[in-house]
Amino acid sequence: MKRYSAFAVAREALRNQTGWERAWRKAHPKKAYDVIIVGAGGHGLATAYYLGKNFGITNVAVLEKGWLGGGNTGRNTTIIRSNYLQDPSAAIYEKARSLYETLSQDLNYNIMFSPRGVMMLAQTEHEVRGYQRTAHANNLQGVETTFISPSEVKRLCPIIELNGPRYPVLGALWQSRAGTARHDAVAWGYARACSDMGMDIIQQCEVTAVRREGGRVKGVTTTKGEIDCDKLGLVVAGHSGVLAEMAGFRLPIESVALQALVSEPIKPCMDVVVMANTVHGYMSQSDKGEMVIGGGADGYNNYTQRGSFHHAEETVRALVETFPMISRLKMLRWWGGIVDMTGDRSPILSKTPLEGCFINCGWGTGGFKAIPGSGWGMAELIAKGYSPLTAEFGLNRFREGRFIDESVAAGVAH
Amino acid sequence: MLCLECPYCGVAAEETDLHPGGEAHLKRFGPESSDDDFTGYLFHRENPKGVHFERWRHVNGCGKWFHAARCTNTLEVFGTYSAQTTEPPKDLLDTIRAKRPGFTWRDIA
Repeated sequence: MKRYSAFAVAREALRNQTGWERAWRKAHPKKAYDVIIVGAGGHGLATAYYLGKNFGITNVAVLEKGWLGGGNTGRNTTIIRSNYLQDPSAAIYEKARSLYETLSQDLNYNIMFSPRGVMMLAQTEHEVRGYQRTAHANNLQGVETTFISPSEVKRLCPIIELNGPRYPVLGALWQSRAGTARHDAVAWGYARACSDMGMDIIQQCEVTAVRREGGRVKGVTTTKGEIDCDKLGLVVAGHSGVLAEMAGFRLPIESVALQALVSEPIKPCMDVVVMANTVHGYMSQSDKGEMVIGGGADGYNNYTQRGSFHHAEETVRALVETFPMISRLKMLRWWGGIVDMTGDRSPILSKTPLEGCFINCGWGTGGFKAIPGSGWGMAELIAKGYSPLTAEFGLNRFREGRFIDESVAAGVAH
Repeated sequence: MLCLECPYCGVAAEETDLHPGGEAHLKRFGPESSDDDFTGYLFHRENPKGVHFERWRHVNGCGKWFHAARCTNTLEVFGTYSAQTTEPPKDLLDTIRAKRPGFTWRDIA
């Protein structure tokens, strides 16, 4: 792999940009691998990357039915934060956030991590108390967050209307080290690094069956033939239920549509991320100038990657109250992704009833922020059978009543 | 927009008049049941990419709960039926079998 550097840019400028190579090799499946990861989104690629980097396991294939990073990795609103309430969540999300800080250097690929700060507005008395509690919890967990006053909110984000008609801003939970990153670049950077370690990233290769032998995974059947493996990692977000059925077990997961939209690009007006969970809306401004807007998920099972119009309408209506200046903006693009929701709104990183088969799913509406931490823990789980980062996120926590309840803690948006 | 006909008042209700209520025909297990049954009832859900049976409530209308059969992959609605039943009616199943040969849902095939 040729390293990207200022020198490389200058060199290619002199020779008419003819020396760049593909970021990752086009690969065809071999007969067998040590580990097969299903799903070449951020989580799957990060899992493969840390398998190679931390454990030296490089005989790995990452299978993708569509194109790399074309699922939720390319559909989210790119927010990175770690201000969760429960200890296991704070640990894995903070691990991810801290890895994001140096990921560009680590991958030699600019993921455009922008620690611009994330504020979660408190717009009811209950939220004020809830976020003060979260700030205290975060301080104990070693996650730096503070509860800030309305005047501080206004100073950090001047376009906010503090005295909205329904929900005045009473304060906010502020994490100054949180922010955004370029979502596609995260997938591309991991893919390039995986390919460089000799891993095969195979796109347009859909898994149609999981082959089993004596209660153990043997391999998968794909649209490009049968591939054997010692260990199998299912990292497919919205389609986790479909893959679990192929592998012969059930999941406490339902797949629903989550939508996002961007406005036409405007001049820079907002250099923080603002989330308003009471009214179901969050917004930031992309480097291109578009206002990136997300809201709540739809309430019914759906695999179409399209959501209901009225949900997007509710999100925008809510945000217009808090940000009156966006009321005249035109919408540029609007899309949906299929998210895998668990009952406690926490992910599942776990062994499964099928030996040798591991699953990483249930990130629901907030997986992007967790990609490096999720890959780090999942790789350890696959390589060693145990990871302190993922230990609390096992499938058996539902049966045993050990929920990691972020549905109450985090309100709605993740 | 998703449109379901309420089997009680006959109104072709739009999605904004309805509230989704999750998976239909759950068999309830109580304190005397096994851990597996109780876990299954509380947490495990059918999550099919295809035919699904659900509960809905005509919340901004007659207010009643009912059932619907819908395809989660195309959003096609096969039909709605009364809440006062523990399984989908036979004629609806025949309609679905004709449109989606070989579909399965829990132990319905």
